[in-house]
Amino acid sequence: MREILADIDHWRSQNKRIAVARVVDIEGSGPRDPGAAMAVNQDGEVSGSVSGGCVEGAVVAEALEILASNSPGRLVKFGYSDDEAFAVGLTCGGTVHLFIQPLTW
Amino acid sequence: MAEQFTYLFSHSPGDWVTMIYTTLAERIRNNKPVVLLTVIDGPNVGATLLASPNLNNLGTIGDPELDRVAVRDALGELEAGRTSVRNYGPSGQVTPEDLRDTPTVRVFIESFSPPPQMIIFGAVDFTAALARVAKVLGYYVVVCDAREVFATKRRFPMADEVLVTWPQPVLTARGADLGPRDAVCILTHDPKFDVPAIQGALATNVGYIGVMGSRKTHAKRLERLTEVGVTNSKDLDRLMSPIGLDIGSRTPEETAISICAEIIGKRVGRSVPSLAKSDGPIHR
Repeated sequence: MREILADIDHWRSQNKRIAVARVVDIEGSGPRDPGAAMAVNQDGEVSGSVSGGCVEGAVVAEALEILASNSPGRLVKFGYSDDEAFAVGLTCGGTVHLFIQPLTW
Repeated sequence: MAEQFTYLFSHSPGDWVTMIYTTLAERIRNNKPVVLLTVIDGPNVGATLLASPNLNNLGTIGDPELDRVAVRDALGELEAGRTSVRNYGPSGQVTPEDLRDTPTVRVFIESFSPPPQMIIFGAVDFTAALARVAKVLGYYVVVCDAREVFATKRRFPMADEVLVTWPQPVLTARGADLGPRDAVCILTHDPKFDVPAIQGALATNVGYIGVMGSRKTHAKRLERLTEVGVTNSKDLDRLMSPIGLDIGSRTPEETAISICAEIIGKRVGRSVPSLAKSDGPIHR
């Protein structure tokens, strides 16, 4: 969270709507520990990361959808992607659980 | 007197809710402990509460009793520096019997502990490189040397503090704050400096004590430590001396990497090729 505070502050000063995605749990091998955070603003600009670059694209899409639908937030899971060609997932074989929510607090 | 949050409560709940982020950001930036609770599943998903030791809570995760129980757990997690997910009933129930017929509230408890500290004794060539690598790893870095001309902020701009003093007062003043996540690196080869630094560090619970020097320097240092009464094998086992891993580092930067890698290995309890646990030449 520390590394994305400056971008969040900047976006807040511009009155942008922001969603925050945080790793809340990992099973097996995962690139980032719980607490790893990424912020996405309403224009799709990104700060931080929640994996080794494997799932960030999908997180942006989820975050924008959450902002658009006024969702209070939801859990999203990304697992191993081998069984579905082109599906988003972690090549390392682990599963990462993210909570993505609008920054309304 | 208890520390106070630096804001006034406003009349609208919407306003104080937005204080959570600003307070969180302020405490993270000032290296103050703080823990953020977020309902990630179940009733009131997305509800957020911010807690800090000895301060009032900000926000709620849905029920006063749930707040009380979850904050009690969260402050314990914060103390241990852990981040976790816990399950409760909507009114803070925790036992399996009480939870049987209720929906589960899953709460993400995210701890923001102050960064670990690294105190480096000796303002030598290796110090700047070590301070730089330690900063990359997120340490709060203190450089200390009694020699005024060497211990300057200009030479160590990356350090959070540069102190012109002897080891003993620093370790007396700050020793109680040092714990398993922290490190003391003694890079001076000067016996006037390194023996008191080792004694001071051994008196703390610091997780890592590394002492620089060749194997010859290390042998002589052991003699001097014996002279001042440091002979307990438990104490001597804590000293990583010569400092660092046996990876053939040559430059100050490579040595800094070998020191920090040793710190990581020791912290997580892995067996790593420490110079302190081997013999033979450090540089081949």
